[in-house]
Amino acid sequence: MSLNYEQAIEKYEPTLGLEVHVELNTKSKMFCGCATEFGAEPNTQTCPVCLGLPGALPVVNKTAIESSILIGLALNCSIAPFSRFARKNYFYPDMPKNFQTSQYDEPICVNGYLDVEIETDEGAKTFRIDIERVHMEEDTGKSLHVGGSTGRIHGAEYSLLDYNRAGIPLVEIVTKIVPNTGKYAPQVARAYVAALRDILRGLKVSDVKMEQGSLRCDVNLSLSPAGSGALGTRSETKNVNSLRSVERAVSGEVVRQANRLQAGEKIVQETRHFLEESGETRPGRSKEQAEDYRYFPEPDLVPVVPDSKWIEELRKTLPEKPADRRKRLQTEWSVPEKEMTAMVNAELLDTVEETVKLGADPTKARGWWLGEISRVANEREVLATELISVAAVAEVINLINQGELTDKLARQVVEGVIAGEGTPAEVINKRGLKVVSDDGALMKAIEDAIAAQPDTAERIRGGNIPAAGALIGAVMKATGGQADAAKVRELLLKHLGQ
Amino acid sequence: MSIRNTAAQMSDALAKKEISAVELANQHYAQIEAVDKDVHAFLHLDKAGAIAQAESIDKKRAAGEKLSPLAGVPLALKDVLVQKGVPTTCGSKMLEGWRPPYDATVVTKLKDAGIVILGKTNMDEFAMGSSTENSAYGPTHNPWDLTRIPGGSGGGSSAALAAFEAPLAIGTDTGGSIRQPAAVTGTVGVKPTYGGVSRYGLVAFSSSLDQAGPCARTVLDTALLHQTIAGFDPKDSTSINHAVPDVVAAAKKKDVKGLRIGIVKQLAGEGYQKGVENKFNEAVAELVKLGAEIVEVSCPNFEYALAAYYLIAPSECSSNLARFDSMRFGLRVGDDGAKGAEEVMNLTRQAGFGREVKRRIILGTYALSSGYYDAYYGSAQKVRTLIKQDFDAAFEKCDVLVSPTAPTTAFKIGEKSNDPLAMYLNDIATIPVNMAGIGGMSLPCGLAEEDNLPVGFQIMSPAMKDDRMYLVGGALEAALLAKWGKPLLDFAPKLAGSK
Amino acid sequence: MSGISRDEVANLARLARIEMSDAELDHLSGEMQVILGAVARVQEVAGADVPPTSHPIPVNNVVREDVVVPSLSPTDALSGAPASAEQRFKVPQILGEE
Repeated sequence: MSLNYEQAIEKYEPTLGLEVHVELNTKSKMFCGCATEFGAEPNTQTCPVCLGLPGALPVVNKTAIESSILIGLALNCSIAPFSRFARKNYFYPDMPKNFQTSQYDEPICVNGYLDVEIETDEGAKTFRIDIERVHMEEDTGKSLHVGGSTGRIHGAEYSLLDYNRAGIPLVEIVTKIVPNTGKYAPQVARAYVAALRDILRGLKVSDVKMEQGSLRCDVNLSLSPAGSGALGTRSETKNVNSLRSVERAVSGEVVRQANRLQAGEKIVQETRHFLEESGETRPGRSKEQAEDYRYFPEPDLVPVVPDSKWIEELRKTLPEKPADRRKRLQTEWSVPEKEMTAMVNAELLDTVEETVKLGADPTKARGWWLGEISRVANEREVLATELISVAAVAEVINLINQGELTDKLARQVVEGVIAGEGTPAEVINKRGLKVVSDDGALMKAIEDAIAAQPDTAERIRGGNIPAAGALIGAVMKATGGQADAAKVRELLLKHLGQ
Repeated sequence: MSIRNTAAQMSDALAKKEISAVELANQHYAQIEAVDKDVHAFLHLDKAGAIAQAESIDKKRAAGEKLSPLAGVPLALKDVLVQKGVPTTCGSKMLEGWRPPYDATVVTKLKDAGIVILGKTNMDEFAMGSSTENSAYGPTHNPWDLTRIPGGSGGGSSAALAAFEAPLAIGTDTGGSIRQPAAVTGTVGVKPTYGGVSRYGLVAFSSSLDQAGPCARTVLDTALLHQTIAGFDPKDSTSINHAVPDVVAAAKKKDVKGLRIGIVKQLAGEGYQKGVENKFNEAVAELVKLGAEIVEVSCPNFEYALAAYYLIAPSECSSNLARFDSMRFGLRVGDDGAKGAEEVMNLTRQAGFGREVKRRIILGTYALSSGYYDAYYGSAQKVRTLIKQDFDAAFEKCDVLVSPTAPTTAFKIGEKSNDPLAMYLNDIATIPVNMAGIGGMSLPCGLAEEDNLPVGFQIMSPAMKDDRMYLVGGALEAALLAKWGKPLLDFAPKLAGSK
Repeated sequence: MSGISRDEVANLARLARIEMSDAELDHLSGEMQVILGAVARVQEVAGADVPPTSHPIPVNNVVREDVVVPSLSPTDALSGAPASAEQRFKVPQILGEE
């Protein structure tokens, strides 16, 4: 009988460790001036340096160093007064020099922390995640495997290499071991990656798109018998590429390891791969002999020695911390906690804030983005911001507030903008979606309605105000919904002496 | 105008339009045609490119454009520097047929100066060796005695100078590969201060030791070439952002009065050929006559330099040469459609690298591996600190240091090729300079009485004070020329067919 | 001074991705023994108080501005490739993990 998660966690205490790789969004690569555009034609963003051609030499991108320092500062790290690059030597065809230029024992930032809050049975609880190091390195090229039936490596007849990605700056953020999470290990892991992503987005140092691989997470996990205090053997699950997967990878590994231990088997220290479909992990190729990376200081680069002036200048540019910002906006907008969380989870907080900055009312801005627009976005599996611009949404909301559009009309405008019919003003023009505000035209419709329903009109004259609804409805119908209902009501009541 | 003239004289003749750059290039190609079948200094000739460059210089000169001093003068380029579109092999089968898609910074500077690059010269594979016997394309022969080695790794460049196949050459020096070939061929070679000349486009052997430098038949010619190729390069992070010292003025000054010249106690005695020591001492006596002051200095840690070098250089090379894996360029062996990439890499590296290169890769892999790093690579880096400290202390007592460049004159081809340790000893006097990153020059100081072969005199100057070697070298060269009555190379036997 | 075994040399050759025959391994093990014996003397003077030197001329903070410069054309980039297809480097199948 195998253990489920609850049973596993009763018997064993998990210890987490998380390594997050972030692609920086610099214009040029880590060590050369090649562009970093995502999705460019193969091998159009390569040069002797990032192809590792004989004789080529690296020179460090200043912005990459500054982004790394900013990340360190945002994660409460110490910035190393002396840091260096090293060579990590191993052969792999997607790595042009057959060594990765990376930081080893002298990283740029060390000893930080990040507090994350999760909901527990006893209410909200904060976990402090200690950060061991933040270091710089370079990405590898991409291989494409041709000839195999499944596209998987085994069975491929040959491979094709594109080095556009080779040399793109990466920052690796490594936590210390995270103990004492108990059964909340999956949620803590997820909350950490989410909080980290928000920080990185706020710093504008990375696109942090997990689905495009600009943020990738490795999950280290070990178990020890509950109460023993011992540290178990860990597994490393590579390339977990969504927040949900982080959570699933942790719980999956807890269950897998617990069942092995329960059966008296040993945990092997190994690299495992996360399987998106099943939520399970499978072992990577086991190597007969261990790699020996033969690290040594990169002789082609010189040390990075940031002085306090440089660091302080960077510190001044740090944006507000995401957690602080969230609290501030919640107060400013008077939004309930739940709504705030919804915006954060939908990754629409920035968007709503930008919309509000353009004069839109916060409640309406939130309503539009999380409501109608998100609904269509989910249907089409695109991002809400890819459907419609912040400016267009703000324009629509402002028109509603000015009485130029009704909610119903506004929905048609938004639909038109999403359909590519142009700006809100253009859609309004093309579709003729104007609130009927011409009093003469409205009065004609009102009089028609009264003539059609004389009994109702009489009841209103007699003081039965709620009866007005039927006549207002008739007017709205007659104007094709283009009248402002409030205006109709006002004119109708006045006309009937109320 | 003769191919035996100096580059400075050729430059004058070109300026006065006594000869065109095309004619000068063709004279040298005729000499190469005549003697290189015996000398084998060149691996590849780029006649089309050279003549096109020469024609363009002649045109510019005719149009009255201002040209740099060496415009139109021919040069031989060591095959370890990449030149766009021209085969670059590093003396290895691994790169046979490879035409780089870019120019080394040194090559760009040569082209910009209007220098005519005749072709690429032979070398020990990936610059690993002291005899040019490790070239995959066969050895180069010393023009003084074709049965002997021309030094290494840059034996091709030095032999080309000594055989009057080119008046200028570029070498690279990791442990003596410019200076030791200069010594055994009776030519001049300079390893500039580390970072003085860009390494961009120099195929790396040992990144923290490699340095490209000028080679010629006279100190002044060497200085003119030095000035052309030196200077800060933003593409090389280790390049020095510092004004290049005026080496040309220093070479012309010929005044060493009151200069303090240090003789390194450790770079003499056991292992040094008698005739080498004699010629060295006679040259020192000349410097004394010129008014220099002689100081004896002790550099006790030089004793460990060779051992440290044979850990640092192999370690760095094991990593630098990892990129030769058949994936992106160069040789590929065993790709039959069935084998995987890893196996093809293994087979390619087996077939593409020669014995010495493999030996050093394995040694370096060992020295960097976990468990041995501290004892080997780590300790070697510490020895490096001690050697630097020795130099610092010595340079407090004197302005330059001197020693024989190599412990012996040119040995016979094949004599040491099966004894790596004996071969490594050739570099015993040149290695300390690389370890400390300072400047070093070798210039001829006579013929050893035992074998009538050239002896090299080494001058070492503090970092970024490269002008001092030229100051001493220029003065000593003039004194020796006066003593000999003609340049040393005029004592060499005439090569068959030589013009 | 501890020696180096033939197995160790074989492992180094594996790390360095060089196929070696038995004869080559035998020969190289012997040579390595001799060379290591000679170079091990660096340990005699490398005390704990001596800092290591990795750059002969110390310089710090050499960086470039984050500016895009033209890349090679794909034709130039692929010009040296032993094989290419679809504007990519064509290599034997890569066995192992993705």
